[in-house]
Parts: sequence; C-alpha cells; structure tokens
Amino acid sequence: MLTIKNLHAEVEGKKILKGINLEINKGEMHAIMGPNGSGKSSLASVLAGRDNYTVTEGEVWFNGKNLLDMAPEDRAREGVFLAFQYPVEIPGVSNLNFLKTALNEIRAYKGLPALEAREFLKLTKEKQQLVDFHSNLMNRSLNEGFSGGEKKRNEIFQLAMLDPQLAILDETDSGLDIDALRIVSNGVNKLRDGEKSFVVITHYQRLLEYIIPDFVHVLYNGRIIKTGTKELALELEERGYDWLKEELHLKESV
Amino acid sequence: MINSNEIIDDIANKEYEFGFSTDIEMDMAPPGLNEDIIRFISAKKNEPEWLLEWRLKGFAAFKKMEFPKWQHFEMPELDLQALSYYAAPKKKVQLNSLDEVDPELLATFAKLGIPLNEQKALTGVAVDAVFDSVSVATTFKGKLKEMGVIFCSFGEAVQEHPDLVKKYLGSVVPHTDNIFAALNAAVFSDGSFVYIPKGVRCPMELSTYFRINAQNTGQFERTLIIADDNSYVSYLEGCTAPMRDENQLHAAVVELVAMEHAEIKYSTVQNWYPGDKDGKGGIYNFVTKRGICKGTASKISWTQVETGSAITWKYPSVILQGDHSEGEFYSVAVVRNKQIADTGTKIHHIGKGTKSRIISKGISAGRGDNSYRGLVSVGPRADNARNFTQCDSLLIGNQCGSHTFPYIESRNKTAMIEHEATTSKIGEDQIFYLNQRGIDSEKTVALIVNGYVKEVLNQLPMEFAVEAQKLLSITLEGSVG
Ligand SMILES: Nc1ncnc2c1ncn2[C@@H]1O[C@H](COP(=O)(O)OP(=O)(O)O)[C@@H](O)[C@H]1O
Ligand SMILES: [Mg+2]
Repeated sequence: MLTIKNLHAEVEGKKILKGINLEINKGEMHAIMGPNGSGKSSLASVLAGRDNYTVTEGEVWFNGKNLLDMAPEDRAREGVFLAFQYPVEIPGVSNLNFLKTALNEIRAYKGLPALEAREFLKLTKEKQQLVDFHSNLMNRSLNEGFSGGEKKRNEIFQLAMLDPQLAILDETDSGLDIDALRIVSNGVNKLRDGEKSFVVITHYQRLLEYIIPDFVHVLYNGRIIKTGTKELALELEERGYDWLKEELHLKESV
Repeated sequence: MINSNEIIDDIANKEYEFGFSTDIEMDMAPPGLNEDIIRFISAKKNEPEWLLEWRLKGFAAFKKMEFPKWQHFEMPELDLQALSYYAAPKKKVQLNSLDEVDPELLATFAKLGIPLNEQKALTGVAVDAVFDSVSVATTFKGKLKEMGVIFCSFGEAVQEHPDLVKKYLGSVVPHTDNIFAALNAAVFSDGSFVYIPKGVRCPMELSTYFRINAQNTGQFERTLIIADDNSYVSYLEGCTAPMRDENQLHAAVVELVAMEHAEIKYSTVQNWYPGDKDGKGGIYNFVTKRGICKGTASKISWTQVETGSAITWKYPSVILQGDHSEGEFYSVAVVRNKQIADTGTKIHHIGKGTKSRIISKGISAGRGDNSYRGLVSVGPRADNARNFTQCDSLLIGNQCGSHTFPYIESRNKTAMIEHEATTSKIGEDQIFYLNQRGIDSEKTVALIVNGYVKEVLNQLPMEFAVEAQKLLSITLEGSVG
C-alpha cells in the first residue's frame, strides 16, 4: 500500500530525513518510536504534503500512485490521514460543518454523491461513540477552546468519520491521562478492520500496550535504525535509546 | 472617420456657444462644474425653483470646501472639472444572445448562481417574456400604492410629491455636510425615494425586484427614505453581480428618517469594479449615508457587505434623537490586491435610553488596506445610553494591512459603552489542517471567512445573504498560495 524509498527531506535548508525506507501493507499496524527531534513528525508532514518541507531525494508510492506529486488535499482524498500532534483551532467553523465539508469533498473525489443530512448525522452519532466524543463539542468551533484530550479525541473521531486507508497518528497519546488513553486506543483498535493500515508515532511504550503493533521501527537522526516487533518496544522502555545509538556508531565506525 | 467622442465634443462645443442652460435636447453636458451646468441639470429635470436654489447652495458650499486629510489612505488625484455632470440615461447596446457577452463575466454570474434571464438583463441581452422586470415592477407598484407606500425614482418624487421631498431633502445630510455631499447636492442625478405611511409594514423588501432597472442611476445618486410612525421597511441596495462603470467617482447620498416606533433596515451589497491588480481603474466609492431616529423607540439598522471598489470610504451613521431609539451597524468589508477601505459608522446618542450595536468585520488579503473608523458619541441628555461595539479584523497573507480607529465621546456618566476588538490571521497551519482533511485552499478560506462573517450576513434577507456569501468566496479566490 505504501512504499517509501530512500526518502530525504529538508526544512529551511536543514536536512531532516536522511534516507527513510519503509514498506507498509494493507491492514498492518506500524509503530515509529524515537527520541525527540529525530524526525518522526517530519516524516508525517512530508507524507501529508506540508509545503515547507522539500523532498530532495527518494520516492513515495501509495497504492501505485506517486504520492509526492499530489497536492495535500488530494493525498487526503486518496486516503492518507494524519492525526496531528498539535491540532490547530479554527474559530468560526463548526466541527460539524467542517466534517461535512471534508467528507463530501472526499466523496466527490471518488465520484460519490454528497451524504444526505440524515445519513451524515447517523454516521456522526455512530462514530462519536467510538471515542466517547461529546455531542456538545460537535457544534462548537473546530478545536477552539478544546482541552488537549478533547483535541486528540477529535482527531480520532475525524479518522473514524473520514475512513482513510492509511492513518498516521502523531503522538496521539501525549497529553492524555490513562482513561483517555484507553478510550482513544480502544477507538483505534475498533477501526482496525484488516483493510486500514496504521502508522503510530509515539515515544512511549505505554500506548503500545493497548495498540499492539505488527512492527516497531526506531527513527533516529532522520533514519530508521532498527526494526522489530512489539518486543523491541519493551526493550526500548527498559534500556532507553542509548544502546541503539551506540550500536549505530559502532556499525558506522566499522 | 470621425469617432463618436469627437462628435459629442463637437456638438458640446457648439452648444456651449449658445449657452446650454436652456437647451433641453442635449444628451451630454460638456465637462466642467459651474452654475450653468447646475441650472442645466435642474432644467433638464424640470425641477421647481426651490430645488434649483438648493442645488446652487450646495455648489456654493462645495466651492468653499477642501478634500479631507484625516483618512487612512492617500487621496487620489481627482479633477472634478474634467467630469461631465449630466448624461441622459443611455440605452444599452442590445445584444442578441449571451454568446456575445464577455465569457469571464458569464463565469462570474454562473458562480453567483444568477438566473439566466437576470444575466441577460444585466448584460443587455434582449429579455424574453418570462422575466419582464418592467411588468414585475408595475405589479408591485400597484400593490404598494394600495397600501399608500410611495416608491419611485427621486426625479419622479420631485414631480409627484414635492412637499415630502422639500420637507426632508437635506434634513439628515445637509448640503454643507462634507465636500462630496455638497457636490452631490449640486449635481445629483437620480436615485430612489421611499415613503412608508403611518402604521404600514411594507410587505416586501424594496428594490429586490428592481435591481436591474436601478442600475444606471449614475455616479451622484440620491436616496431618501422616510418611515412614518409605526411603520417598517427593509430596503436593499446594490447587486452582487460585478458592476462596471466608466465613472470612476461615485459620491452618493442616502438619507433615512424614522419617526415614532418606525423601523428602517437598509442593506447594501457593494461590488463595484475594484480595478486591476494594482487598483488601476477601480471605482472610488465616497458615499454619505446617514439616518435619523427622530421618533421615540424608532430604529435604524445598516448592514453592508463591501467587496468592490478601489477605494471604499463611507460611514453609514445614525442619529439617535428619539428617546429609546436604536441604531445598528453591521459591516463586512473585504479588500484584496490594492483595494482600500476606510469605513465604519458614527452613532450619536442624543435621546434618553438610546441603544446602539456595531459589528464590524474587516477582511484583508493581498496588499489590501482595511481601516475601521467609528465614533460613538453620547450627549448630556442621553441618560442610560448603551453601546456595544465588536470590531474584528481577519488577515490573509503577510502584505495586507488592517487598522482600527475607534473614537468614543461621552458626556453622560450613566452611559455604558463596551468595545471589543480582535485581530486574527488565517495561518498556513490552519490551511494545511483543512487541506489534510481533503478540503482545498479556496474552500478552506471560504469556510473560515463564512464563519467569520456569519453574524453580519445573518442580518441580510435570506437570498441576499446567500449571494453575499458566494460573492465573498469569489472575491477571495486566489488569495492564498
Ligand atoms: N519548520 C522547521 N524549521 C526548522 N527546523 C525544523 C522545523 N520543523 C522541524 N525542524 C527540526 O527537524 C528536526 C525533527 O523534528 P521533528 O520531526 O518534529 O521530530 P520528532 O517529531 O521526532 O520529535 C528537529 O531538529 C526540529 O528542530
Ligand atoms: Mg513530533
């Protein structure tokens, strides 16, 4: 579904991604871990098409299409969803109106008619329950004055509504208390339908106790330096990242 | 070959030799502003002596005045002697079908959802029987007449209802008010006149049905609306279709008079030609609009959506003279490219318990420059006067400007005046967030802007609000990346 080949990217002349290779198949759950500043959010931004990043080398293929050639909105319409680490507030635009617009834009792209009001509300009700997202937040302005936890839940709620093929979750767990974490993880697990693929970015093992990954990758200094299974996450939890960094330096100095 | 301008010049010069003040046959006055021209205009319109005198007083005042200097923009060079102050209503060039119309204009019509027949009427294509604005107008005039409502052109009112015109003309915006009002008094062309008799609630939005006919009223329009005791009227001015006009300067005057318990709602959607990317060739929209709440518990409400013109310079105002009278001002002003808006309102609280509400939403994109300028004054008699002002600015991009100049003058300790102001910016991260949800940048801006102006558009009659909303998105097209 998603193939990343030797991806290099920079921002403001600074090299951030330095040769990422990653293959994600249908239905898989990938976790990306790594210390702060290693380039996790940058990778998500590049995949989503944020324009302050410049791709200097490499390719990204999504369902056989060249993702890097597409405008951000077209990537979204093709089925790439990014749950933001820091969701922005949009005053004056109601959550509901925003979601309806987004959903219908995506449907129009796929040649589907706009959802009727009744169907839309039905879908909304159903998906709201998934992450225990309060109805009174629906009529409020998008994320405006939402608590950190409400914003994160809203991201997962939108994910459920828009039903993408690939969902990238950027530190959705940070800032969540343990109850909220459980609710959000349950929501994500319910969305695992064997079709959708996930990339979960986190630097805590905690989340991966709820969302069991098929693969765990360690991103460090713009490169994936190790790939393993969920046991790797546990090992990182116990030993930190330093042993990996040392391993890397040893390899590089050979 | 001799071109038509030469012919006109030729004729004009000839007429000049003989003095044109009595020549009613001439279609266009030679350029220049002087007493003869004013006499000529007045004679052409068959006006009574008192009106000619009033015009001449306006001209005398005009001659003593200078252009203001306090505005937040550089005053363009205006050569008022180079203008021609009278042109007979021109027949538009008749086209045979919409195929002959500028496709760009048609594309805009389509985006605005303007019905086909109306498009034809607007562009001068012969209209078929289904949409006969003249007959529609006549039908409604009949209905209005039954109720005693007078709704006609200003010129007609001068002929048919001279006493009403004489009583109220210049009573709200005197001929000495400001240089453009003085100019208008001297040379005003035509406009609308409305009188709502006591106790009558005007059953329709005035001018909706007339917006096509009402177009060629010229650059010095004059409108007078009087709502007698316990009456109500909602008046719509303007048109969301792009308005082009060779006349660069528009100096209209609008006067509103609300008697006891009367209410006037005046809505404007202004979409005059804004000029090219550098603002060249756009309209200067220098309008004086003022209403007086003469009677107890009367109400005047201005709503404006200003998207066009190279320079928009106006302060629709309300004088709250009657006790417990109310004034409102709702405004959306959009500037892009090199457009300039210096607009706002003045509310004068004179009577006891008077209330006012000001909601201003400025939107600046491109290299546009948007100023809100407002005055709330409370006189010594205005016990318990209240004002609420909300003044918001929205910026799109880094090159635009936005300024607020709120003035408050209170001479009564019991007055309560509240002022809130915000400035926000449509940020790249907001645009990217919505892009990432499948919404393109144009739609994103439209979505954010619509949310931002909702409170003002809600004041407009439904169909007008829908058009205004579309107009805003069209105006802001291409304003982001
Ligand atoms: N807009 C930017 N300008 C300059 N440097 C940036 C910008 N965005 C991110 N960076 C830098 O890129 C590196 C990777 O950041 P990021 O992808 O946010 O890391 P992570 O998500 O793994 O914590 C950091 O060194 C960060 O400072
Ligand atoms: Mg990050």
